[in-house]
Amino acid sequence: MTGTSARGTGNADSDHARHLLRQMLRVRRLEEQCVELYSAAKIRGFLHVYIGEEAVAAGVTSTLAPDDAVVATYREHGHALLRGVPAGAILAEMYGHVEGCCRGRGGSMHLFDAGTRFYGGNAIVAGGLPLAVGLALADKMSGRSRVTVCFFGEGAVAEGAFHESLNLAALWQLPVLFCCENNLYAMGTALARSESQTDIALKAAGYEIASWSADGMDVLAVEEAARRAVDAVRAGGGPHFLELRTYRFRAHSMFDPERYRDKKEVSRWMERDPINTLRTALEASGQLSAKDWKSIQQDVDTEVEAAVEFAEAGTPEPLEDLTRFVYSERSPE
Amino acid sequence: MKTTYREAMRTAIRDALQRDERVFLMGEDVGAYGGCFAVSLGLFEEFGPERIRDTPLSEAGFVGAGIGAALGGMRPIVEIMTVNFSLLALDQLVNNAATLLHMSGGQFNVPLVIRMTTGAGRQLGAQHSHSLEGWYAHIPGLRILTPATLEDARGMLWTALEDPDPVLIFEHGTLYNVAGDLADDAGPVDISSAAVRRPGQDISLITYGGTLPAVLDAATQLAGEGIDAEVLDLRVLRPLDDAAILGSVAKTHRAVVVDEGWRSGSISAEISARITENAFFDLDAPVGRVCSAEVPLPYAKHLELAALPTAERIVAAAREAVGTRG
Repeated sequence: MTGTSARGTGNADSDHARHLLRQMLRVRRLEEQCVELYSAAKIRGFLHVYIGEEAVAAGVTSTLAPDDAVVATYREHGHALLRGVPAGAILAEMYGHVEGCCRGRGGSMHLFDAGTRFYGGNAIVAGGLPLAVGLALADKMSGRSRVTVCFFGEGAVAEGAFHESLNLAALWQLPVLFCCENNLYAMGTALARSESQTDIALKAAGYEIASWSADGMDVLAVEEAARRAVDAVRAGGGPHFLELRTYRFRAHSMFDPERYRDKKEVSRWMERDPINTLRTALEASGQLSAKDWKSIQQDVDTEVEAAVEFAEAGTPEPLEDLTRFVYSERSPE
Repeated sequence: MKTTYREAMRTAIRDALQRDERVFLMGEDVGAYGGCFAVSLGLFEEFGPERIRDTPLSEAGFVGAGIGAALGGMRPIVEIMTVNFSLLALDQLVNNAATLLHMSGGQFNVPLVIRMTTGAGRQLGAQHSHSLEGWYAHIPGLRILTPATLEDARGMLWTALEDPDPVLIFEHGTLYNVAGDLADDAGPVDISSAAVRRPGQDISLITYGGTLPAVLDAATQLAGEGIDAEVLDLRVLRPLDDAAILGSVAKTHRAVVVDEGWRSGSISAEISARITENAFFDLDAPVGRVCSAEVPLPYAKHLELAALPTAERIVAAAREAVGTRG
């Protein structure tokens, strides 16, 4: 697949490509803002940004229906944003404010949103896969045609929960799409240093799950692969598996001196920046004017600035509420 | 009607499956095999493989799937063969089931019921015999039930399924064959309070689950010696019914806690601490404890018996407490 070669010149295609470009830029700017706010000590805890990997979340989420479910990892700000969680609610969450999407109870690694069926924000590697299997099981048992998409990194592949989940999903033919965001490093451990078999799609195929890989730096390629998979899952074709080959441009978290990888390797991958790649291709084919690009940037900057203002203006939850949400609050009968 | 603990539990599962189509039972060998302890025997034939769902040996996978299914609107009953196997699902239980409501700021509750066998007394050795319900009672976000009677075996499940949050039910393996009379109209019971199984004036014997029969035996023996023991069945290990515990101690001024778990860092330690924190001046004697010996449970019958709380050890502890004059 050569996704970014300017396919189709129709207006709809151009509009859609520009939409994907905008979506990736929204994630990029939000993440850059997070880093800045972290450096200014406005955000604490662990912070993992998605810079470099935007094509994966943008390409996959663009194929989903509003009532589909997403289960993601602790590097999930972008997924939440693209599923419709407002940037302001995401940043307010990281500020620990009650206006955050989890009232400040979750933080960066635990974003949840019932309205968009966004089920985290899971900070235990591979811990989200069984949840996705269960969500899909509920849909299947209830006769609903919804899809559950589960994102996880290639590090999750070494966990038992990964294998148990793939087996269950295949055994019960559940409507779940597994999306492995293979950025080559589980924190600092390179894939080849942790897996005897580094072809991840092959592992999924071992469970009789239809699986293929796509260039995770190319949003159009990701989208095409995801659309094929999501359509098949929704049509009752059972679980599908995508390995999206991508790269994390920044450190694992804000505490990572990056001793485990060569700066030249990072530079080589940065030449394949998914935003620049799509932008250049669209410009070359006349589908993105300088004015278009400027307008996209302005819109995104405005959105992120407003989100920061929203988070800044937020309020801490009163201390007397500390022990709320341990058990459900029941209205008196 | 005459029934057994096992049959009462099965009746409860059948009743739940009939009452609510969102309910299903899932676990290892719950279906075609009929349940490792035959609790679900016959339900596979009655309700079919969708609702009596056999799973592979993958505790993390199917417990997590139960959590996901609960989030997706179902009311799963997940059976784990034994509490020792539940350790393979500890991540899902502690990091997901117990925390999702809180981490999501109140958005995602997990209406899941998990049943598992616990306890010793069947010569099953150190990987099938432990009593870890006290561990689970440590975790905020979970509700921990320990049905010890036919009424509770019959009645706790439905109430647990109506609870919006995760409930763990611990069924002591030695109770399944306990037989007795159960009212024909027996049905749902509360899952929040302790129950006095034998009223008494001289000492409170506080216990739960599999040790209730031994404690009742001990109380009968003590009665023969002129010691009138009150037996309090906790029923619920989290949240503990403090009012019932303290109320009993306020009456008897003496307490012995009987817990098949190990003594160190146990639920018996928690109960003892609550009594000394809240009823210190009611006490005429130190709070006593009868727990399991601090050893992985051995296979040999005489060693296993020596490790467990028995009526004799409970009687001895009660005598000592009563012998201590305030």
